[in-house]
Amino acid sequence: MKDHLGRPLVAVTGIGIVTPLAWGREANWSAVKAGTSGISRIRRFPVDKLRTTIAGTVELPEETAGGEIVSSPVRVERMAAAAVEEALAQAALGAEGAFPGPLMVGMPPVEYEWPQRFDLARRANGNGSYRAAIEVATGREDLYETFLFGGVGERLAARFGTTGAPIALTTACATGASAIQMAVESIQRGESDAAIALGADGSVQPEAVIRFSLLSALTARNEEPTKASRPFEKTRDGFVMSEGAAALVLESLEHATKRGATVLGILSGCGERADNFHRTRSNPDGSAIIRAMRNAIDDAGLQPGDIGYVNAHGTGTPENDKMETLGMRAVFGDAPPPISSNKSMIGHTLSAAGAIEAAFSLLTIRDQVLPPTINHNEPDPAITLDVVPNVAREVSGLRHVLSNSFGFGGQNVCLVVSAAP
Amino acid sequence: MTRKDVVITGIGLVSSLGEGPDTHWEVLSKPGAAPVLDEAAFAPYAVHPLPALNLDTQIPKKGDQRQMEPWQRLGTYAAGLAIDQAGARGLVSDMHLIVAAGGGERDIAVDEAVATALCTTPPAEAGPILNEKLGTELRPTLFLAQLSNLLAGNISIVHGVTGSSRTFMGEEQAAADAVRIAAARLAEGRGGIALVGGAYVSQRWDLVLLYGAGGACWRGPFAPVSARTGAGGFVGGALGAFLVLETAEHAAARGATPLARLAGVACDATHRRAGGASAAAAKALHAKLGAPAGAGLGVISGMTGVAEARAEEDAFLASLGSAAVRRTGSLIGHGVEATFPANVALGALALSRGGFYPAMDPADAGDGPVERILVTGFGQWRGEALALLERAA
Repeated sequence: MKDHLGRPLVAVTGIGIVTPLAWGREANWSAVKAGTSGISRIRRFPVDKLRTTIAGTVELPEETAGGEIVSSPVRVERMAAAAVEEALAQAALGAEGAFPGPLMVGMPPVEYEWPQRFDLARRANGNGSYRAAIEVATGREDLYETFLFGGVGERLAARFGTTGAPIALTTACATGASAIQMAVESIQRGESDAAIALGADGSVQPEAVIRFSLLSALTARNEEPTKASRPFEKTRDGFVMSEGAAALVLESLEHATKRGATVLGILSGCGERADNFHRTRSNPDGSAIIRAMRNAIDDAGLQPGDIGYVNAHGTGTPENDKMETLGMRAVFGDAPPPISSNKSMIGHTLSAAGAIEAAFSLLTIRDQVLPPTINHNEPDPAITLDVVPNVAREVSGLRHVLSNSFGFGGQNVCLVVSAAP
Repeated sequence: MTRKDVVITGIGLVSSLGEGPDTHWEVLSKPGAAPVLDEAAFAPYAVHPLPALNLDTQIPKKGDQRQMEPWQRLGTYAAGLAIDQAGARGLVSDMHLIVAAGGGERDIAVDEAVATALCTTPPAEAGPILNEKLGTELRPTLFLAQLSNLLAGNISIVHGVTGSSRTFMGEEQAAADAVRIAAARLAEGRGGIALVGGAYVSQRWDLVLLYGAGGACWRGPFAPVSARTGAGGFVGGALGAFLVLETAEHAAARGATPLARLAGVACDATHRRAGGASAAAAKALHAKLGAPAGAGLGVISGMTGVAEARAEEDAFLASLGSAAVRRTGSLIGHGVEATFPANVALGALALSRGGFYPAMDPADAGDGPVERILVTGFGQWRGEALALLERAA
């Protein structure tokens, strides 16, 4: 019930997943195992004059029915709530609306979007100045509570009855993994027997697409959206923005065992290391991502040779995949384990990615199936890794998976997910 | 698990009153300190403006300065001050970092021009024009200056802090939890030294718009936090505040002098504030910290001036007996994510100087000497937090 450092082992007893492929864990996992792409042409807003016109999007039912397009915080909250609901239903822990532990919310920064700005300017008789907007926005508690950074977490915490203050956090593309790490630490520290960790992102709106595009981070392979995300492949030229959420119910193994819960896996190691090289690029020596991977493996009390599969960060940018390869070879030597990128199918779900990929890592162990890296037509001679090209692979005896998350701003987090003891 | 003692060995503090511990002690330890205000630029909202900073002293590369806007510069600057005071430049590679962040700056001119030009255009027509305008008029680097986690990223790049890096979001509460978790990780042996804090730039239209919409900003001529009538509100204060936390043994081993001992931090967030819920939550947190009260206790209150929160905090403060209460918001304003670490810094400063502050607000009562300091943090909307500081051994 304790790990090699004498800390409580942390079990996963519930998993919930939302991605462009589906609302729901099993539907997502089936689609991923089948190598299905969830990337499509953006339909949510006009894409004229955009360099990139594709993304993975998660529409809310009322949007699909023709209703108004919601803002990012609303989408994040809805997807997050669905993921938590699903995870809680599986874990069967706590009474309705009374979860016995804290909530860690990995999510993107949120702010007024253009529909809100235009609406305020219309109410100010066409005056788009901030001064005018401030006058007409006075008393708009709806705007305030929607766009406060603490708003989403507060509403989720109230709904699920989690304890203490919810913690919303961001470490860019490592956010989901950071949220899990925070929950694991809180259980290890003995603050609580259980915790909910979630990562969610719903940033496909014009300004966010343009901003990532201006950083030259996105692929513009718009013609065949399902073929656009090409992690580790020779012709890769950027990532595809996407949306989604995943939630994990975590509890001490002792707590889970005592109540007879089904243990889906163990969150056995977390490692992090910040990079100080550049705002959007890793140090060319790979030192920070190598340390993050090693720290996670050490934290789990394992050796690199114990890791049977790696769920890649694998964004499909030329830079990331090259650096991740360098890190893999540095950590694992000449015989690295297979590695694949879910982002080839669901795109880069940004703040959700670390949580979604940890969830898929658990299912990988459960079913002993490695999800594929799709769109792998032309191998890159510089990528000296087994990327499980195009087709899922059945394995046996897989016990430990490393899940990598590397963020803009140099925030790197790796998790080790292990089979139930 | 044995919990290690955690001490504060460095504070980095910038406010409208100036920068550094000496300046703040000089101004705040004497009666009659007056706030620095700009009541015109954002009228009817007053702000406590950012002082002039010699950025080159903490952000030596102009290229780094150019990659940031005022918010990230202020935070990076204050973080550097904290590292310097702790004498911890040589320890940054394994220093852990937690930043409490809001959003960075937007391009106000572009926002206003686009909103004016397109607000009445039908969405189907406006969309393509919006795409074209944003694609040509937004500076690529502004995205990085706006991203919340890039304050931490810049602290890593400029100061070399690379042990770990996390950014919490959620206004006042995020900062209190940042301090709580940074300290808890040290106490349980996850590293020996950490940097934690936040920054707030008060002179920003976008923030007045965000917080003003909820009625959280004080409208009208300046008044101290206790005297803001009606629904009250906060007066934004430029504030950069970082703390270097260490385990006592780590500090002792390198001969660093602690400013104060961080005896505990406790946080909660009630879902309904009024009617005593928030005061009751604070009482429970207070009990967790051993219920310090009475003579010898100083309170550094982060009271914002928002009336609903103020009523709850007043009820809580009334239970502390003859403790000496100081409402710092009346002199330095409210700096959202920076306020809790700033008040912890002011508490550590007072303990390290062996004194306390005279009244800062007409409602401030009680007097020193002070042996322990309780820092309060009732968020403008949600969140209750307390920290307890003691004189370093």
